[in-house]
Amino acid sequence: MKVTLWGTRGSLAAPGPETIRYGGNTSCVEVRGHGRALLVLDAGTGIQRLGATVRGGGGRIDLLLTHLHMDHIQGLGFFEPLYEPAREIHIWGPPSPTLDLRTRLARYLSPPLFPLRLRDLPCDLMLHNVPPERFEVGGFEVEAELVCHPGSTVGYRISEGNRSLAYLPDHEPALGVRAFPAKPEWTSGFDLAADADLLIHDAQYTTEEYQQRIGWGHSAMRDALAFATLSGARRLVSFHHDPTHDDVMLDRIDAAARAVGDVTFALIAGTEGATFEV
Amino acid sequence: MSQKAIELILMRQLASSLAMPIFLVDPLGSLIFYNEPAERLLGRRYDETGEMSMKEWRTLFAPIAEDGSPVPGEALPLSIALHKHRAAHLAFWLKGPDGISKKIGATAFPSRRTGSPPARSRGDLLGGVLT
Repeated sequence: MKVTLWGTRGSLAAPGPETIRYGGNTSCVEVRGHGRALLVLDAGTGIQRLGATVRGGGGRIDLLLTHLHMDHIQGLGFFEPLYEPAREIHIWGPPSPTLDLRTRLARYLSPPLFPLRLRDLPCDLMLHNVPPERFEVGGFEVEAELVCHPGSTVGYRISEGNRSLAYLPDHEPALGVRAFPAKPEWTSGFDLAADADLLIHDAQYTTEEYQQRIGWGHSAMRDALAFATLSGARRLVSFHHDPTHDDVMLDRIDAAARAVGDVTFALIAGTEGATFEV
Repeated sequence: MSQKAIELILMRQLASSLAMPIFLVDPLGSLIFYNEPAERLLGRRYDETGEMSMKEWRTLFAPIAEDGSPVPGEALPLSIALHKHRAAHLAFWLKGPDGISKKIGATAFPSRRTGSPPARSRGDLLGGVLT
């Protein structure tokens, strides 16, 4: 499969000359399989540019949302395929004990926050709670598991043949653990990331910043490295960069992570536009 | 061993931060975690005992009723929580491996999977919590 990062920023879009290398758009990842099926992971502001590349193509698109925080759905209303009548679009999202996915998404995609309603979209739109068991989409096998992040939030493992991508953009596996990493069976997200060929993981904070933000649902780079080591991932892509971190700061965090050495995986700084063959 | 459900992981993390004794069991009643205040109550560290079947922990921790007889398994709050899917409370004596008996009041409730419908389904049961 081919994986492209369209948005790597966390929490808030941060465009500007100081973030031009890592990118300012919020979470969005394109996954293409050998059958050319298109999976889109999250609908942050990065999805707007992705939509322009598939304009007028017709066919089915599956959009997998990890959760419904604004930085993961803010681009949804600007995804051009939603306005194409020939499109079949399936949106998958985490389950909620109280409200269905349509109701939750409509809180944003309705006035006064947005001029249109979901029902106004001309495409053939279907919404689904992700099932607890593995499911198949466009030749991909997809697993979704609840992970440690405020609110109902899932991570995804997407497999094609014997290759796998794990996507955990908002994840705090170190929450409440006295000595992280803990045992695998007590580690949030472990099954999703175990032996993944490519792991895209939250690395929002420095170690010092994390001490002031415990419980906010994100990871320090240090914990992302520990999680990748524990899970046996082969490549780690740092992701969900803090909006206050400019390119210089992110270079510094990346360099410090590389200086740790003795890791079992390749560390890759998540930059907007980067592509990976998995 | 595969990863435990996120609800149990978060419950363990919460329990690790609280001052009251808390025990977590799986749907079969096997003890999968207890926190430091519970360790002090039982006189055993979790790292020493590890996970235990229901039969093992009932033997080890031996709940005793007010009249001195063993508390029947089906009367234990955790058994009620797991089998009847409701909260339960009971006061009993607990004799830990240190030989000291303590009277405790215990409340148990079932832990269910996120997004579970209100209808009772054993497949949605993640275990029980005793405090």
